[in-house]
Amino acid sequence: MSTSGLFVMIASVGTVTLLFYWCVYKVLSTPHETEKVHGVEFQTPDIAEDR
Amino acid sequence: MATLALMSQHKEAWGSRLGVIMAVAGSAVGLGNFLRFPGLAAQYGGGAFMLAYAISFLIIGLPIGWAEWAMGRYAGSKGYHSCPGAFAAILNKPWAKYIGIIGVIVPVVIYMYYVFIESWCIGYAVKFWTGQVHLTSTEQTVEMFKAMSGQMGDGSALTFSWNSALPWLAMVFIFNFWLIYRGLSGGIEKMCNYGMPLLIVLALVVLGRVMTLGAPDPAKPHDNVVNGLGYMWNPSKVQIERVRPAAGEKALVREVVGEASIAEAEKEVAASGGQWKLVTITAWQQLKNPLLWMAAAAQIFFSLSVGFGVIIVYASYLKKKDDVVLSGLTASSANEFCEVALGGLITVPAAVAFLGLASVAGQGTFGLGFTVLPLVFAKMPLGTFFGGAFFFMLFLAAITSSISMLQPGIAFLEEVMNVGRKVSVTLLGLLTTFGTGFVVYFTADLKALDTLDFWVGTFLIFILATIQIIVFGWHWGIERGLKEAHSGASIRIPPFFGFIMKWLCPAFLLVIFTLTVLTSLFGFDLNSMTFGSTSAYVMDLIGGTQEGKVVGTNQAAQLSVALVVIVAVFFSLLSARSKAYQRAEQGLNKNEA
Repeated sequence: MSTSGLFVMIASVGTVTLLFYWCVYKVLSTPHETEKVHGVEFQTPDIAEDR
Repeated sequence: MATLALMSQHKEAWGSRLGVIMAVAGSAVGLGNFLRFPGLAAQYGGGAFMLAYAISFLIIGLPIGWAEWAMGRYAGSKGYHSCPGAFAAILNKPWAKYIGIIGVIVPVVIYMYYVFIESWCIGYAVKFWTGQVHLTSTEQTVEMFKAMSGQMGDGSALTFSWNSALPWLAMVFIFNFWLIYRGLSGGIEKMCNYGMPLLIVLALVVLGRVMTLGAPDPAKPHDNVVNGLGYMWNPSKVQIERVRPAAGEKALVREVVGEASIAEAEKEVAASGGQWKLVTITAWQQLKNPLLWMAAAAQIFFSLSVGFGVIIVYASYLKKKDDVVLSGLTASSANEFCEVALGGLITVPAAVAFLGLASVAGQGTFGLGFTVLPLVFAKMPLGTFFGGAFFFMLFLAAITSSISMLQPGIAFLEEVMNVGRKVSVTLLGLLTTFGTGFVVYFTADLKALDTLDFWVGTFLIFILATIQIIVFGWHWGIERGLKEAHSGASIRIPPFFGFIMKWLCPAFLLVIFTLTVLTSLFGFDLNSMTFGSTSAYVMDLIGGTQEGKVVGTNQAAQLSVALVVIVAVFFSLLSARSKAYQRAEQGLNKNEA
């Protein structure tokens, strides 16, 4: 691995790790944020409506 | 006692909060993180590809992702939870729903082959853990993969043998629909909540094992992890090329990585009598290749599920008070962490360490994951455990993605036919059973899978993503679009993204799309500025000539495109009759009289 390759690897891995860490920190440290943050949630309302 | 109760509540609160993070992250991660990305990055030059990838993430991935979250939530506030409904609600035009149909076709058709790949993952995982994998050569791994995927010929995958995908596919397919119908309850919810942390833990274990491999074979010191990392991340490529390749012969002899290999290559070139030369291709030269940019953009789309029609549907269930900005950013960042920090450090370095550079070059997605890596694990101490863990990790990543691909179709059928979930799931199950059966039958060269992956998984996604960002930036306008996105948000989208979303992103996509059409479909060579052979994907459909030889059409490819057209026509006919969409075109809420 060349020096520039090492730099690219560290910069890339470091950036995405820091970004992910920042997002997790922001979600956990902002009051009530976990109630407002969503991903692709499989429990969609139409499941309950059909029961 | 009160203190213990408080501590217990505090611990549970943290547990549930972390569970939210894991749920968001888990929904973002899929097969592409660990299979597609490493192969593309290695194929297109590591560091140069990473620059194009990072730019694509900032200009395409994040902006269109945020646009989808905002537009989806808006549509949901009007009562529309399908992509056609969202487009009709936003554009208020009769033709809008037909554009939105792309957002149903893409996830439904991709599901048809994605679930096939998913079955390979669980099949490999179980085979490893039950000690059925005894591989000593690349030929054996190729045979194992051919048997699993049915590449021996059309219909060969339809054998009920544990060595082929059919029994695994049946279980996975039923499991997917059981989950999507029943929703999550009890144990299943726990599985999904624990799945993401387990995935990361497994990936870190495998990563740790790979990083400590060194050079496994003392007789082949060049086959080591450091050279594998170099192959993956070095911005420049060094390769031996033929000075005057013969007709039909490639100029590239092989790529070399590492000082020792380069020194040996220099000796080989000197001894070749002028037939070979050692060439360094700089990052800048690689960045002038439009195919590299196309590959980076396509990977961003696929990996972040942008232009899939998935985010817009799930966002439609959110409320004004929900935070779509941080949701989108967290999901994207989790995806990128798994892709770059884990996928980028595991797959290619391990393959190079055990099998050498030649085994990795040009492997693409499936080759790397299912032919090279099983042999890597078979040759690794405790490889049975690590191999099973890796492929089970891939299965976990795949199943959360495949389930998410079903909801757009379900929501669409519920809206156009005004039926409940039971009926819509049944109908979609029938449709996808037929489609997956089609893919599983036409497995010679994985032609159906490959054709659908190109025309739907690349081409249509480009189109939908481009339309979405133009609707967001030009129909809504940036001011209104950002206002919609910021509702409920704890962070603001940086102002410069307004310029990106309105101008840079659409221009970038249109340029890449044009270059994709010219080079991939019509064989235009950007270096010589001439038209060469038509792309294989086009020749499969209409025939053509390649290097002076007439190439016939491929029936499986033609039928695959016909399948997509039939699905599109079927969905269009359903949309045309939908009273809900007619209300959307008039600017009315779905349940408004």
